[in-house]
Amino acid sequence: MNIHEYQAKEILKRFGVPVPKGRVASTQQEAGIVAHELGGSCVVKAQIHAGGRGKAGGVKLAKSAAEAEKIAGELLGKKLVTHQTGPQGREVRRLLVEEGLPIEREFYLGMVLDRSVSKVSVIGSSEGGVEIEEVAQKSPEKILKEVIDPAVGLLPFQCRRLAYGLGLGHEQAGAFTALLQALSRAFVELDCSLAEINPLVLTRDGKLMALDAKMNLDNNALFRQPEVAAMRDLNEEDPKEYEASRLGLSYIALDGNIGCMVNGAGLAMATMDIIKLCGGEPANFLDVGGGATRDKVTEAFKILLSDKRVEGVLVNIFGGIMRCDVIAQGVVDAAREVRVSVPLVVRLQGTKVDQGRKILSESGLAIIPAETMGEAAEKIVKAVKK
Amino acid sequence: MAILIDKNTRVVTQGITGATGQFHTRACQEYGTQMVAGVTPGKGGSSFDGIPIFDTVAKAVAATGANASVIYVPPPFTADAIMEAADAGIELIISITEGVPVMDMVRVKRYLEGKRSRLLGPNCPGIITPGECKIGIMPGHIYRKGPVGVVSRSGTLTYEAVDQLTRLGLGQSTCVGIGGDPVHGMGFIDVLKLFNEDPATQAVALIGEIGGSAEETAAAWVEANMKKPVVAFIVGQTAPPGKRMGHAGAIISGGKGTAQEKIAALRKAGIRTAPSPALIGQTMQEVLKG
Repeated sequence: MNIHEYQAKEILKRFGVPVPKGRVASTQQEAGIVAHELGGSCVVKAQIHAGGRGKAGGVKLAKSAAEAEKIAGELLGKKLVTHQTGPQGREVRRLLVEEGLPIEREFYLGMVLDRSVSKVSVIGSSEGGVEIEEVAQKSPEKILKEVIDPAVGLLPFQCRRLAYGLGLGHEQAGAFTALLQALSRAFVELDCSLAEINPLVLTRDGKLMALDAKMNLDNNALFRQPEVAAMRDLNEEDPKEYEASRLGLSYIALDGNIGCMVNGAGLAMATMDIIKLCGGEPANFLDVGGGATRDKVTEAFKILLSDKRVEGVLVNIFGGIMRCDVIAQGVVDAAREVRVSVPLVVRLQGTKVDQGRKILSESGLAIIPAETMGEAAEKIVKAVKK
Repeated sequence: MAILIDKNTRVVTQGITGATGQFHTRACQEYGTQMVAGVTPGKGGSSFDGIPIFDTVAKAVAATGANASVIYVPPPFTADAIMEAADAGIELIISITEGVPVMDMVRVKRYLEGKRSRLLGPNCPGIITPGECKIGIMPGHIYRKGPVGVVSRSGTLTYEAVDQLTRLGLGQSTCVGIGGDPVHGMGFIDVLKLFNEDPATQAVALIGEIGGSAEETAAAWVEANMKKPVVAFIVGQTAPPGKRMGHAGAIISGGKGTAQEKIAALRKAGIRTAPSPALIGQTMQEVLKG
């Protein structure tokens, strides 16, 4: 789960990371008030779940409260298009209005799970304000890393090593250590999957400050993070993806026209891949889970078919322990209830597969049966191209 | 011969009184697995289908000599259950549960350092040595005894691959699910090492997916060490970046972990990759025929 910059900063501030003075505003008027409180001169930042806001015109400087109000009017309600939003952009509903700071230097500071060692690592770079992937490619020597031992947490010497590596003097190393340990505590206590301060700035008066902040949280841990879970912003999510997750389905919208319904994430990806190999384009990833019950299949059909681009559906269920006759009945009932009107190819595998196929063929529905997933993919691609 | 489990493996189910634990304990017992004990705190002294239930894993091990454990407890309690099994000296811990917080698994991995326990999962279907022992949620009837070792990050896609193998008359030595989470127990290389030394295994099917770099490091290891042919398949060629494809670990982040990169690394290491998920069995057949 992603949260907004202003939310991440609220969290970081609470854990002891210095952040610029400021507040979130959702109207022009509010923005003006916050700007006035800050003394007029301020930065107005669009709050959307995507990077690249600065380049897209979503971060602006104001010299007075009146100007901040004017900028807020321009930004609020605007669809901001960045390299991460896709061409449709994201509507700006909130702004973070902050004090402007005299910047001496910018750094990158990030925390992420290092899968290769199953530990969290801290990444620092003297190249702040740019994307870290870019730095990693162009000048990997500028990336410093410290791996955290979960038994003892991030240690002060590791923080100092990073501080000196980034070229900070002894006068800042102490503040840097406190800041980084606060970030690390927030990361662990809130079950983050990513935390980035980019840039971390050194101001001309020698203070370290998180100028921008990004936090992603582990969806698996939201059950024990109610406060963070409440920060979820549904406006930033695909409504179909949200609806699916609420029903215990895993759905991701893609750009093609062949809807897929599969049990299991690996097989669901494999089904997308084979559709592509057969010359078609998958419209989605959809995992109905291990127990493809009638209710789940019905809900899955509804979500699939609400995508108007879908011109055909491929159901690929490897029943395993589940009986195919039960799944087949579920598919037939669901297809009737939802009135599936596009070509429907169903591939079932598992126990009692013959009874399952019989139920499909006797249903009176225009279901195209398939034995293997290769055959199923060919059939749906052909049916859609007709 | 097989790897990790055989007909002598004695299994304790952690979370035996839940619906999932009961269903699969029964299915594994019917398959012929020695299900010797169950653990549910507070239910010690009772039994399920003749299987004695204990309050702690340590008591279950002491009373029944269990040497493998399968865990079906809900995500908030999974890490604790894994560490309890390790503390009790269980040799092989199989964690089926999906949805375990990543930070819990980071701590579990650290806890397991220096202990003799091996962990499979979480978020995996389990492990099966056909005809001898099945521990987990896979459908036993699609497996046959034979020469192909299977190691996979996926569940149903593995069933698909196994089904293809079995239909072509290619049985399996042992099929190991390592799980779809970003932090998990045994990895590809841990399992490949065992297959490499297992006389019953003639070739290995490796099924990977997008996210992380486990397939790339496995490819390098195979090139340097593997004495047996490996056939690989990587799923997720059409997955968009930045989206978690069901499995918590299946995500392309920062442009890294794409299927294309992994396939290139595998091919560079001389590993045959199946061109389509429908051709995993056939590719293995071609490789075995030489």
